[in-house]
Parts: sequence; C-alpha cells; structure tokens
Amino acid sequence: MTHDALVIGAGHNGLVTACYLARAGLKVLVIEKNDWIGGAAVSRELYPGFTYSNCSYVSSLFRPEIMRDLELPRHGLQILPYEGGALFTENGGYLGMFRDHDANRREFARHSKRDAEAYDRYSRDILRNCRLIRPMLMRRPPDLASFRPRDLMELAWLGKQITGQSEAQIYDMLRFWTMSISDFLDGYFENPAMKAYQAVGSIIGTALGPMSPGTAYVLLHHAMGDVDGNVGSWGYSRGGMGGITKALTASLQASGGEVRTGSGVAQVLVQNGRAVGVVLDNGDEFRARRVISNMDVRRTFLKHVEAKELPDEFLKRVQRFKTRGSSGKLNIALDGVPRFTALPEGAPNLRGDLHFTDTIEKMEMAYDDWKAGHYSRQPFQDVMIPTLIDPTMTPPGKHFMSCFVQYAPPKIEGRDWTDADRDGFRDACLNQIEAYAPGFKSLILHAEVRTPRELEAEVGLTEGNIFQGELTFDQMFFNRPVPGYANYRSPIKNLWICGSSTHPGGGVMGAPGRNAAAEILRDLKVPAKDLSDAYAIV
Amino acid sequence: MTALRHYETPLQTTAFHPRTEAANKLWSWGNWAGYATVLTYEDLAMEHSAIRNTATVYDLCPMVKYRIEGPEAAVYLNRLTLRDAAKLSVSGVHYTAWVTDQGHLLDDGTLFRLAPDQYRLCCQERHLPWLLDSAHGFDVTVTDETEEIAALSLQGPTSAEILRLAGFDVDQLKPFRMMDLPFGTGRLMISRTGFTGDLGYELWTTPDQALALWDALFQAGALHGLRPIGSAAVNIARLEAGFIITGYDFTPADICLREDRLRSPLEMGLGWLIDWDKGHFTGKAALARQRDHGPKWAFVGLEIEGNIPADGAILYHAQKREVGVITGACWSPVLKKNIALAQILAEHAAGSNIWAEIYALRELHYEKLMMRARVVERPFFAPARRRATPPGRF
Repeated sequence: MTHDALVIGAGHNGLVTACYLARAGLKVLVIEKNDWIGGAAVSRELYPGFTYSNCSYVSSLFRPEIMRDLELPRHGLQILPYEGGALFTENGGYLGMFRDHDANRREFARHSKRDAEAYDRYSRDILRNCRLIRPMLMRRPPDLASFRPRDLMELAWLGKQITGQSEAQIYDMLRFWTMSISDFLDGYFENPAMKAYQAVGSIIGTALGPMSPGTAYVLLHHAMGDVDGNVGSWGYSRGGMGGITKALTASLQASGGEVRTGSGVAQVLVQNGRAVGVVLDNGDEFRARRVISNMDVRRTFLKHVEAKELPDEFLKRVQRFKTRGSSGKLNIALDGVPRFTALPEGAPNLRGDLHFTDTIEKMEMAYDDWKAGHYSRQPFQDVMIPTLIDPTMTPPGKHFMSCFVQYAPPKIEGRDWTDADRDGFRDACLNQIEAYAPGFKSLILHAEVRTPRELEAEVGLTEGNIFQGELTFDQMFFNRPVPGYANYRSPIKNLWICGSSTHPGGGVMGAPGRNAAAEILRDLKVPAKDLSDAYAIV
Repeated sequence: MTALRHYETPLQTTAFHPRTEAANKLWSWGNWAGYATVLTYEDLAMEHSAIRNTATVYDLCPMVKYRIEGPEAAVYLNRLTLRDAAKLSVSGVHYTAWVTDQGHLLDDGTLFRLAPDQYRLCCQERHLPWLLDSAHGFDVTVTDETEEIAALSLQGPTSAEILRLAGFDVDQLKPFRMMDLPFGTGRLMISRTGFTGDLGYELWTTPDQALALWDALFQAGALHGLRPIGSAAVNIARLEAGFIITGYDFTPADICLREDRLRSPLEMGLGWLIDWDKGHFTGKAALARQRDHGPKWAFVGLEIEGNIPADGAILYHAQKREVGVITGACWSPVLKKNIALAQILAEHAAGSNIWAEIYALRELHYEKLMMRARVVERPFFAPARRRATPPGRF
C-alpha cells in the first residue's frame, strides 16, 4: 500500500503537518523511532505515579490558530496560565515576578524605583517588535534571489510591513534584531538582578551568552507567544507537555491518520531524484507519494539520505548549519515542596519560573565554560514546579520539578560525554538549588538527567540543540535552514522538511509544521481544510 | 428620630463577607441583586483556569431563593413553570423557566424538591408578587428565603475530591441530585449542580454555618488548588457551557419596556423545557400558537473567526442586512475559540453567511472588524467528567 504522505518523527511539528494533511483527505502515516510519541513535547512516567515534562516544559508559542484548526482542546489539550516567578540573589534576597502590574511595580521598586517605572516602556518596545514579527510566523518566507511572482509578492508584503513603520521604529527594529540582550537592557534598566531576569529568554536554547550580538532577537522569539491573548506570558500544558502531542495524535487519528512507534527510519528511499518511501531500522519498507521529515535538517540529510542524491552546495550548507547544543535538563520527582529561604511563606512566586543567576556577568561566565568545552560550573537554570498548579501529574503534595540548564556543550573538551560528566553536571545543578533551598536534595525521589548526549540519542536532536538549529539571524527566515530552501522543500522531489529547522524556528510553536502542510497542499492543488491564516493583530 | 441608616449602605454583604473581603486582593466589587460580590479576587485568567483545572468557590448568596411548600406545591409549580414539577423526585433538581400568559419569559431557574410538598426555586430576578399572585386558589405558601440560606458553588475537576477530604461522601451523588447531612451545629445540603458546565456542586446551609463551611472547604482544598473566584470568571465559564442569564441574554417580561424585546422560551432555545402533555400551565396557549406559526427569533451559539471577543456585536446577513445581536461573548481559554451567544432572526438560525461587526477599541480608536460567524451546537464545552459517577479525582 502506498501512503499519500509519510511523516518521519512524531514530534509536535510532524504531527501538526500530519493532522492538516489528513484533514485534507490524504492518507497519512507517521513513523516514530521511540516506543512513545512526542519528540521534544513529551511526557513519560519515569517514577511511579509521576508524569514528567521530559524536554520542553512550558507553552506559549504554540499557535492558537493551530489548536483551533485541529480541535486540540476537544482532543484533551489544556493550557494552564501560571503566576509569578522569582530570581534569587546571592545576598539571600529575591526579585519576584507577578501577574499583577502593580504588584510587579512595587516589587521592582524594592530594587530600583527607576527600573520599576522603566518596565512599561520596555514592555511596549518588546510588544511593538512582536507585532511586527508575528504576522511572519505563519507565512512561507520569500526567496530573495527568485523572480517568481509569488516570491516577489511576498517580498512586497514584507517590505510593506517594514515601511509601514516610522523611520525611528525601523532603526529600532534593526538594532533590536542585531543587538546583544545585555546592550539592549542597558537602555532600560540599572539594577543587575532586573537585567538578569529580563535576559532569561534571550539565552534559552542558544549557544550564545547575553553579551553576544543576536541574543535580543532570541528574547523576542520567547516573547512573541501568548496565553489567551496575553502576549509574552507562558503556561503549562495540563498533564505535562506530552499533552500537546497526545492531543495532536488523537486529532490525527480522528482524521484517519496513523502513527507507528518502535522503529525509526533508517533511510529515505530515493529513485530518479524522487523520494518514494522509507525503510525502517527493523527492515520494514513503506511506500509513499511524499516523505516529510520532522527530524532536524542535519539529521535528515546527513544521516538518512544518501549523499549521492544531494547537490554538493546544499550538502555543504547543511553540514555548516549550526546545531550547537547548549542546554541540558533535570527532571525531578519530589517528595514535597522545597522551601526557598528567601521567599515568604505561601508566596505565589514558586508557581512560576525560578532562577539563581543574578547578574548578566554571571550568565556570561556560565557561557564562558561552554566556550571552553565544559558544562557551566555555576549553571544558569530555569526551574519550574508545574504540579503547584497542575493536579494531574503527581499525587497530592508530591511534585515534579523541571530544571532547564545552560550551558552544556555537545562535547566535553572535544570528547564525548561520559556518565561521570553527566553526574558532575547533575551535581552542579542540584547543589545550586540546595544553596537557596536547604533540604531540597533530601526531597528527591528520582531524577532524570539529560545532557546533549541524551537529547541527541533519545530525542534525535543533533548535538542536543533544542531548536533544531540556532536562532541566529544568519539562520532565520529565508536563510532557514538553507538559502533557496526556506520553502519546506529539499533538492529531492517529494522530500519535504517540517521541523523546527525550518522557518519560523524552534519552540513548541507548530508553525513550521503548519506552514509545511500549507505548502504541500498548495503543491498538490488540494484545498486546505480548516487551515486558518494568522489572527490579525488589532 | 429613628436609628435607620440602611440608605448609607445600599449594598448588603453576604454571610461569607469576612472571607470574601479578606481574599479580594483587588478590592474589586460588583453589585449582584443588591449584594456586594467579588468581580475578580486576584487574577481573572487564573480564576477561570482553576474552574477547568482544579476547583473554585463562588459565593452564591445573592441568588434569589423562594421556598414553596404546601399540599398543592407540585400542582402549583406545574401551572407556574414549563416543566413537570410533579415528575421531579424528592432530592432531585431540575432547570426550568416560567412565562407570562402571553408566553413571554419571566425568568429561568433551578427547582429543588426538598420534600414531597416542599420545593426551593432559585433564580436571578425577584418574583415574589408573581409567585404570590399565581398562588391564588392553591394550598401553598411562598416565602422569600434568600437571606435565610448561605450558598457556595464549588466547581472544578478536583471539587469531588475536596468534598471527600472534607468528610462528605459524594461518590454516589449523581448530577441533578442532592443530599442532606449534618454540618457543625446545623445542616448542609449538597447538590450536584452548577453554572460552569463542569464537575461541581452547590452547598447550601444557614448563615450561622457559613464561615465554618468556607474554612472547611479551604482546609480540605489546600493541596487541590482550591481558590475563590469572582463573577468575571464565572461569566466566561457559563458562556463556555452555553448557559443564559436573565437580564443579559433576554430582558425579563415583567420589566421589559419595549414590546418587541419580549422573548418566549421557544425564541431563547428553551423549547425543550416545555412539557406540552402535563396539562395547563401559564402561557401554554400562547406558546402553542407560536410553536405552530414559528417563532420570530432564535437563540444560538456562535463561533466567530479571529480572537477578538464580540460582545454586543451586531449580526449581519451577507455583511448587509441586520439580523441579530450578540448577547454574550468571550475568547474561550479552554476551547481556544472565540465564542458567543446571540439572538438572531429565526430564518437565519441555520446560520449561513452570518457576520459579526466587532468594534475593538484600541488606544482610543476603534478597529472595525467584520468577522464570519458560524452557528454551532451548545454547550460549547461539555467535559465527560461533569457526569461521571463516582466522580474522578481531577
């Protein structure tokens, strides 16, 4: 039997593509190498009674248009907004974050009255840039070198978006897209902890330090999502991040699509320059009219397609595509709530993001270790306890803690990670938390430790890069993943790519998967069913 | 001189006021039927989310409550209301409505059968004259008991678990049933009812037990995400559940000034309540005529394109002819859809080519949007857990 579409990898983008194609009437099969679905939006029970968010851990970027088109709430998806957050300072204090504007203002004023009032202008400027970039997320980028009418029209549209701004705004936008977050924040704030807190979103998933140019854009990438219209706010997926891919799978099955787990694709079968199917690791062969890879671009073309099928120029660019891993993850089952000595009893801050790096300089020093080929001795962490809000993941009173950690290089001083390296990395993280929450370590029932080694081996992310390729400007938009191939196609006919290696990049956003489906259906001249354009920004 | 000073405090406080006041961090109060009630305690999104994720407490005291008792209570209610009150078994609850002789809606409400000859009618508006006048010739007494009862709504997926932890065995309690048990120095009635479309209960006691009930629930709910919620969050949940509110979605007949604004149950999507076979009831002849000739208006649920809530939007056919109005709307956080309830001319109730004209005020200028609206089934949101017996842990 020949499938109309075969998707490699049951991550969120692969499933989004599969769902849209199945709804349009195509016969779709998704192949997943693991025994479970989810890719990097995955929830597994690694300790009895505890559901984890093993990779991604919060949601904001996932496009509401996609949730609606694919009826994901009906299939079980629920996003829970969270409240608060705190950055602990080395002197035993903290800088808190709240949902309430005035609670925030009073909190920031404790640290700097000037910064408390500067926050509104800062928020406005971030929002302005979000308004510019958001309409671009759910469109195929134009090819700059092409004279095809569609590319020219798309370029004209893009030009209109930009020239619709004032001159001053265009200058600001270009600065913003190229600056370091450190320089950018200096334009607003004076307090070191304030700057460190605001810089959090600028380095997550990125092998850059807060002083590296380009990190201001990464912040924007993390700020342009929303929870029910609150731009920049984040939430939890009820039941863990696997809830997103579970809902996508249910939606796919309701449209007649199929997912097969347990054996991955060994090779994409190519005949006469066309993809015609795949052969799995277990030897099974599937024929398909088109093959769509949710794997990152390097994994797809360097490991699962024969080099002789690919043009040299393309192959070289794929080889040079930056997928430098920069992060690791600890997933911890806890016997109770850790007590952070700096926080007052019952403070809502614990229900949000927690950090222990109180200056930009310390963040940069953590990055210095990465450059030297070592994990950070004093890591930067983004810690969450979603079970303070979500009642479904653990027994009452017990908790799941997610620790996202930077920096962790793909190799330790040029060699592979060893188990001893992994344990050292783990201890650096746990000791840091213990310093702010004495007794924390005694609450640990189980901990899953994931360095770039595990991320690559289990999830399939090359070098453990969570974005399937860095979000630096040279790899964005019409350059993502490779100039001339920002249209979800590849040099091999009927072989498509739909993962975060493509525009608009990483995060649990679904937009790459949706855009790839839109292109495939357009190519097929099949009317896309239930495929919405981006909501207008009013 | 007398000591009368009631005019200085036009808004009354409810039996839970010491607790609601302490929890009302935003000092955000609204007027519900003459009582000060909380609009948002702390954060609207978190409060709504708790209805669908954990559990919530909402102060129901201002809801108007009448006790209807006497040997002919069932006969009386059968003439007064649309459904068959005699069929309602003891410890049962049903949703009902009542109309004028012309078939125009006065109110909707829930009817509790406390004993064979004793009922409680809960509703949004005050109807004592109508209820008393209707009692002429029946062996029945009607008493306003609004102030004699303190009521809380406990809603959300962990609500049953919280009741279990508070010592109330609700495992066998089915939807629209109630149980009565001792509580403190008084009694507590628990009904499996609510206004959110989710798993939930309403708890009824006397004002002297109110604070103890509040405290017992919050103690039991400490690890189960219990939080107090205000009317703003309830309003979003009720829209998701597709429930109407008298005075919001239609104007009650007894205070309606303009005759073209009067609506019948058939026009408000409540035709299913009418028991045509139970014998005579007030408004029956007029409703039968309307049924046979076809009502002029219809009430529908809409899904609207985009993400801008369409409160008060005018509905157009083919973007040209005015055919209705949206009476309640929101972005549904649980459905990730833009939903609305609307009165629409019956000929357009099937809903093709309907558009909503939305005026979005942004930084002092209106953005005028014409968005496609699709008629959909109500309720918009109906999780299976609301009916599960015994109820789940979350």
